Amino acid sequence: MGLNDLTIHELAGRLAKKEIAAADLARDVVARTEAMEPKLHAFLEWNGGELLTAARDMDERRARGEVLGPLAGIPVGIKDVLNVQGHSCRCGSKILQGYVAPYDATVVAKLRAAGVIPFGRLNMDEFAMGSSTENSAFGVTHNPWDLERIPGGSSGGSAAAVAAAEVPAALGSDTGGSIRQPASLCGVVGMKPTYGRVSRFGLVAFASSLDQIGPFAKDVTDAALVLGAISGRDPNDSTSVPEPVPDYTKALTGDVKGLKLGLPKEYFIPGMDKEVDAAVRAAVDKLVSLGAEIIEISLPHSDYGLAVYYIIATAEASANLARFDGVRYGSRAKDAKDPLDMYGRTRGAGFGPEVTRRIILGTYVLSSGYYDAYYLRAQKVRTLIRRDFMEAFQKCDAILTPTTPSAAFKIGEKAEDPLTMYLSDIFTVNVNLAGICGVSVPCGFTKQPKLPIGLQVLGKPFGEATILKVAHAYEQATEWHKEKPKI
Amino acid sequence: MDYEICIGLETHVQVKTRTKVFCACPTEFGAEPNTNVCPVCLGYPGSLPVINEVAIRKTVLAGMLVGAKIAHHSKFDRKNYFYPDMPKNYQISQYDLPLVIGGTVEYDFGVVDKKRLGETKVCRLTRIHLEEDVGKNFHFERTSGVDFNRAGTPLMEIVSEPDLSSSDEAFAYLTALKEILIYGGISDCDMEKGQVRCDVNISVRPRGQKELGQKVEIKNMNTFSGVRHAVDYEAQRQIETLNRGGRLVQETRRWDDMAGVTESMRTKEHAHDYRYFPEPDLLPVSLNEAWLAEVRKLVPELPSAKRKRMVGRYGIPPYDAGVLAADAALADYFEAAAQASKNPKSVVNWVTNDLLRDLAEAKLAIGQSPVKPPHIAELVELVDSGKISSKIAKDVFVEMFKTGRAPAAIVAEKGLVQVSDTGAIGKFCDEVIAANPKIVADFKAGKEAALNALTGQVMKLSKGKANPQAVRDALRGKLSG
Repeated sequence: MGLNDLTIHELAGRLAKKEIAAADLARDVVARTEAMEPKLHAFLEWNGGELLTAARDMDERRARGEVLGPLAGIPVGIKDVLNVQGHSCRCGSKILQGYVAPYDATVVAKLRAAGVIPFGRLNMDEFAMGSSTENSAFGVTHNPWDLERIPGGSSGGSAAAVAAAEVPAALGSDTGGSIRQPASLCGVVGMKPTYGRVSRFGLVAFASSLDQIGPFAKDVTDAALVLGAISGRDPNDSTSVPEPVPDYTKALTGDVKGLKLGLPKEYFIPGMDKEVDAAVRAAVDKLVSLGAEIIEISLPHSDYGLAVYYIIATAEASANLARFDGVRYGSRAKDAKDPLDMYGRTRGAGFGPEVTRRIILGTYVLSSGYYDAYYLRAQKVRTLIRRDFMEAFQKCDAILTPTTPSAAFKIGEKAEDPLTMYLSDIFTVNVNLAGICGVSVPCGFTKQPKLPIGLQVLGKPFGEATILKVAHAYEQATEWHKEKPKI
Repeated sequence: MDYEICIGLETHVQVKTRTKVFCACPTEFGAEPNTNVCPVCLGYPGSLPVINEVAIRKTVLAGMLVGAKIAHHSKFDRKNYFYPDMPKNYQISQYDLPLVIGGTVEYDFGVVDKKRLGETKVCRLTRIHLEEDVGKNFHFERTSGVDFNRAGTPLMEIVSEPDLSSSDEAFAYLTALKEILIYGGISDCDMEKGQVRCDVNISVRPRGQKELGQKVEIKNMNTFSGVRHAVDYEAQRQIETLNRGGRLVQETRRWDDMAGVTESMRTKEHAHDYRYFPEPDLLPVSLNEAWLAEVRKLVPELPSAKRKRMVGRYGIPPYDAGVLAADAALADYFEAAAQASKNPKSVVNWVTNDLLRDLAEAKLAIGQSPVKPPHIAELVELVDSGKISSKIAKDVFVEMFKTGRAPAAIVAEKGLVQVSDTGAIGKFCDEVIAANPKIVADFKAGKEAALNALTGQVMKLSKGKANPQAVRDALRGKLSG
C-alpha cells in the first residue's frame, strides 16, 4: 500500500508530524499514475517531475517551521476544463489544441494558497458535454471497477483517478450531474456545491447559470476539506456569493438524530435498476437506524427537468462556445478565404459531434420566433422546479435520492443514442436547475459485475454542511468507502 | 409631392472611465496594439465579466441630464454574432431592460445658423443603455490583424425617437447631445478618437401621413458632418425613388464618405438574428434610492439653462452667454469674475475677447489661466473709476497674463495711473502746441480732425497716462483762447 492510498486527513496528520514528506507522497502518486494510466487513461497530461519539485518546495517550507494547513503538499488532480497557468486547457477538445492558460482559475489559486499542488489534466467529455467521457477528443477513460465500462462523465477522468488512488482528490465541474454521476459510477465521493458557493472564474463555461466546480474525494471528510478550501466570494465572479464559509469538517459529527430527510416519490421510478433501488432503500434504512426521520415528499415538476436542462444548457453553451473561432487561440483552419470560411472550417474540424449537436440546438432555441416557446418557457419551468425544492426544504433538512438510475454501462453501449445517454442525468439535472447543493456517496455495489452505486444527498442553498453531515454519518456507519477496485 | 423626412439616431458614446466596463484594463487611447488587454477583454476561456460601477453611474447620470426615467431594475444581455473584432462573438449589451428610459434633448438652431440662435426644438429619446465596445480590424497585404485594446471600452447607446426632420436638426441634436455629455463629465466625446459614432435611421413620408415610411439604417458614421451629408443624400435618394414610382426596401446601408453616397449592405431578409438572451455571468442591476440620490448630486446645470440664466442675471448678450455656457469651466470663471464686479458686461468682453485669445495662443485651458477671475474684476474697476484708460488697460492685461499679478499692483509699480491733473496736462499741451505750428494752424482754420493729431501727440508725451478727454478739453481751451 502506498501513500497514495491514504485519505487527505490521514496524510495531513503524518505530514504535520513529519513522519512522511510531501515528496514521498508525490513519488507514490507518480508511481501509481504511471502504473494505472495505460489501463485507465484518466489523465490527458501529467508531469511527475513538476509534482516532485513542488512537493520538495512544500517540504522545505515545513522544514523552515512554516505552519501549513491540512492540504499542504497534497496533489489534487484538475479537470481539463479549469485554467492552470502555463498548462494546456483543452476541455477534451481539439479546438483548444495549443492553448496555454495565461492565468489560474480562482479555485486553483485558492488551492495553491492552501498548499495544494495542482496535478495533471484530467480527461472529460468535450466541453463537459456528456455522461461517459466517450465524447473526449482524446480517448475514453476506463472505469477502474471494470475497464470495459465508462467512468461516467463529464468529469470521468477526475472520478477514475480518485477511485484508482492515482490522486487523493480531484476537482471536477458539474452542470447537470458531471461530478455526482461519475462519482457514483466510480465509487467515490463527489460534491456539487450551491450555485455561487464556488467561483467559476477560470472554469471554461459550458452553461454559465448551471456550472459549479466541486471536489472528488475518497471520503466525505476529504471532500469537506477541499470544498472549504475552494469556497467563497470572488470579486472576479459576480455570481459568487458573499456567504461565510464554515469549517465543513466541524459538521461531520456522525450525529443525524432528529434530522428530517425527504424521499421524493418522483425519484423512485419503475424501470430503475433493481439493485440500485435496493441499495438506496437500504441506505435510507441505515440512516433511520442512526436516528434520522424519513418523510415522503413530492417534487412534482421533476419530469420536466431534462427537457428544461437541454434547452437552457444548450442555449448558454451556443454563446459560450462562440469564442472558439480560431482568431485568438487554439486551432485555426489553414488557408481560409475569409472570416466566415475560417469560422466554419475551424469549428467544423475542432468540435466533436455532441458539441456540434448542442450548439445547433442552443442556437435554435434562441432564434427569433422560437425564443418564447423554448427558452422563455424553459426558464419559467426552471422557476417551478426550484420552487418544488424550496417547498420541500420547508419540511425536511435534506433529500435522499439515487444518484443515477443504473450502475456504469459499457463503453459504446449508449454512444450512438444521445437521448438514452441524457437519461443517465435524470436524478442530477434538477439540482443544477434549482441551484442547490448535492453530494454523491457510495452506498453499495451491484453483484455481477461488481459496480459501485451512489446515494445522492441534496441540501438547501448553502446547506453544504448539512448534507456533508448526513453523507458522513452514513459513510462512517458503512464499509462501502473502504472497498477499492482491483485493477 | 411634398415629403417629410423622419430621422432617428442611435449614438454610441464612449463613457469616460479609467478602466474598461468588464475588467480592470485601462481605457487609454493610442497604446501599442494588444497591450491594454487581459483574459477578460480578450474573451479567453474561463474568464468572466465584472461590471464597472462608474460606467453604470455615468450612464444613469446621462439619463438624469436628459430628464429620463432611471430603471430601478435593469439587466445585461448577450447579443450574438460572429466578427473577428469581437472577442467572445457575443457583445454584452442591454436588450429589453435598459438603464435609462425616455428623456429629451433640446437643441438650438444657432449651431447651424447664428441668426437662428435661441430657436430651439426638442427631440425625444427612446432609451440609453450600456454595452461593451469591440476591437479594431486591420488589413495588411496578405493578412489581417485585430487590435483588442478598445475591446471592452464602455459605450453608451443613446437611441432617439424619429423626431428629427432635417440634416440641420440631426446636426444640432448631436451638437446639443455632445455638449450635455461633456458637461456632465460623462464622455469627452472626442471625435478624433472615435468616441462618438452614429447609426442613422431615416425614412420619408408624404407630408401629413401618420405612419412612418420604409426605414433605412445607415451604419457607423463618426463625424457629425458625415451624418449631415449622409442624411441629405439618403433623403434625396428616397424621395427620388418614390417620385420615380419606385419602392423602398427596409435595409441597412453604408455611407461612403469619399464618394458621398450610401450603398446597400444588407436587406431585411438578411438581417442578423442576434439571439439576445440574459447574460448569465452578470447579476441584474438594482439601483436603490440612496445610490440614485448620490448620483443626482452630480447633476450640473445644463448649457441652455445656464445661458438663459446668465443673460437674465448679468445682462450680457445671448451670443456671449452661449459662448460661455458651452464650456462649464469657462462659465464658472466668468461668473466668479462677474460676481466680483459692478460691470459684468465689461467682464464678458475681457473674458471672451482678450482672455480667450491669449489662452488660445498660449495653448492653455481656462483652468490653467494665469489671470484669475478677481483680477479681471479689478481691471474693469480700474477702467470704470477712471484710474487707467482703456488703452493702458490693454497693456496691463498683457502684463497680467505674463506674470499672473494683480492689475492694481502692475499699475502702481509702473506708474500707469491716468493723469487727470489739469496742471500737468496743460504743460504737455503747451509743449505740443509749440512744437506743431502747422497742425495748430490747420485746427484754427477749422479743421476739426487736427485736434485728434494734437491729442495723440500729448498722449504720446504723457506715455499714455493722460486722460484723453481731459487732453482734448485742455487743447480746445488753449487754442480757442
